[in-house]
Amino acid sequence: MADWRPLSGWRLYWRYVGQSLRAQLQYRGSVVLLAVGHFLITGGEFLAVWALLDRFGSLRGWSLAEVGVFYGLVSIAFATAEAVVRGFDVLPGLVKSGSFDRLLLRPRSVTLQVIGHELQLLRLGRWSQGVVVLAWSVAALQVDWTVGRVLLALWTVIGGACLFSGLFIAQAALSFWTTETLELINILTYGGVETAQFPLSVYRPWFRAFFTFVVPLACVSYFPGLAIVGRPHDAPTALLATAPAAGLLFLGASLLFWRHGLRHYTSTGS
Amino acid sequence: MPQIRVEDLRKTFDIAVRQPGLWGAVRGLLHRQVRHVQALDGVSFNLATGELVGYIGPNGAGKSTTVKVLAGILVPDSGVCEVLGRVPWNQRAAHVAQIGVVFGQRSQLWWDLPVVESFELLRDIYRLAPAPYRQTCDELIGRLDLAALLDVPVRQLSLGQRMRCELAASLLHRPAILFLDEPTIGLDAVSKLAVRDFVRQLNREHGVTVILTTHDMDDIEALCSRIMVIGSGRILSDGSLAALRAKVSGERRLIVDLEIPDLAVSDPEAAVVQVDGRRVELRFDPARTPAAALIGRLAARYPIHDLFVEHPPIEELIARLYEQQR
Repeated sequence: MADWRPLSGWRLYWRYVGQSLRAQLQYRGSVVLLAVGHFLITGGEFLAVWALLDRFGSLRGWSLAEVGVFYGLVSIAFATAEAVVRGFDVLPGLVKSGSFDRLLLRPRSVTLQVIGHELQLLRLGRWSQGVVVLAWSVAALQVDWTVGRVLLALWTVIGGACLFSGLFIAQAALSFWTTETLELINILTYGGVETAQFPLSVYRPWFRAFFTFVVPLACVSYFPGLAIVGRPHDAPTALLATAPAAGLLFLGASLLFWRHGLRHYTSTGS
Repeated sequence: MPQIRVEDLRKTFDIAVRQPGLWGAVRGLLHRQVRHVQALDGVSFNLATGELVGYIGPNGAGKSTTVKVLAGILVPDSGVCEVLGRVPWNQRAAHVAQIGVVFGQRSQLWWDLPVVESFELLRDIYRLAPAPYRQTCDELIGRLDLAALLDVPVRQLSLGQRMRCELAASLLHRPAILFLDEPTIGLDAVSKLAVRDFVRQLNREHGVTVILTTHDMDDIEALCSRIMVIGSGRILSDGSLAALRAKVSGERRLIVDLEIPDLAVSDPEAAVVQVDGRRVELRFDPARTPAAALIGRLAARYPIHDLFVEHPPIEELIARLYEQQR
């Protein structure tokens, strides 16, 4: 048994993922239906955008295809976050049922175990819908797919997924203190998705400032989106391209808050 | 050196008091009213390796708070706690790798997956090497008779079957200490006996220290050489069952089955506790009247078919202990 090595955290994560997928595939039909339903419901959202722009032609100078780029990027990022860190979203339930104490009783990172708790296949619905919208939009815009643009789009989705994950994690951490104000964060999360699906320039200045500096959604959609769509802009392209890093910073801050919440939990046990 | 050392453990919880109604909820947001609950009020005890101790007390007495502290998932306000030479909450990962915990009312198995997949995931979580894992697993499968259950999804198991799997799951990493919280709750008689036999064997043959919290006094009587009773955050009694009996009351029970029903039985040194048809239950203090003398007196006056002497049930001892402390 000389070649045996214990699973690293990363490999344990994939074990969890495999386990979670197998558990969901016990109900194969249900997973397929849920994902299709999710695809149709979120697709309905885009139909509303289409209806709006079809009626008015453009939204403050943005065409449907341009809006579609922002919409697609944000949807993919959000669906990724929803699928991966879903465990944090259901944390209040885990705490209430006592399952959370069980995680603390295992000699592994609590964060890793919460993430591994559930990887939701049904989120493939929104994810693939985002991909379809993005693909159609860039085709309609005849975006020139340079390597730089492809990498920027990927980087934007990564930053966005980190930002939304950060929101889920911050919400979970907050639930260690109170379960009464969680709806507030939900407004930020789900409201943020809807907000960032449009180019941010259509909103009022204070609103833009909030989603740039407090919850930096603009950094993972609007700014890099400008560069991808190829709109003329007055900010340096390099700045637009580094903006998604704000998502990573936000995630980092959320994780620190989460650790603080964990410490609070073990001192109150409630 | 004791395996578990607990000294003067204290813990207070702040519980938000909710005002009724919508207006109350709004006021609660602005001004939280808090009630302090002293869950642990100076708990001290030592446990040696290989003890099997029953930890009993009513709901809210501080049982689970103590267990949570020992398990490292709750930090006390003050006091000393050392388990296997470690402070549980300071080195959580190292600590929990050495203990096993079974909650009778919550499963640690993955609900939708076959039992064996839960075991394998636990193997990876606890970083168990394949050879020792295989050996432990086979041993547990043999002793708990799990071979036929391994491929069954957990949700399809009966409660008794699931409890056997839970026991195995919490022992795969060969913990030195096992916490059992209500392990027989809701089980049928056969499953209860199986669980008790297994726990006894684990303790005797493998030297695993077992801390059993339960409301089932038959569990306590069948398993525990030592009983700790907790009430209102304090240890009220700590010792053998015999010592608990001596401390609370030396009283015995004489149960008499008469030849004729509904006789008015009386004796100057004993009191009738209850009458049920032909069966009469009397309580007496052996220090004042020996059992033989009492039986002699009764036999002379009433037609007796059968009789036996027993201790009062533990539930009653505990209830009386609480009354004495009040």
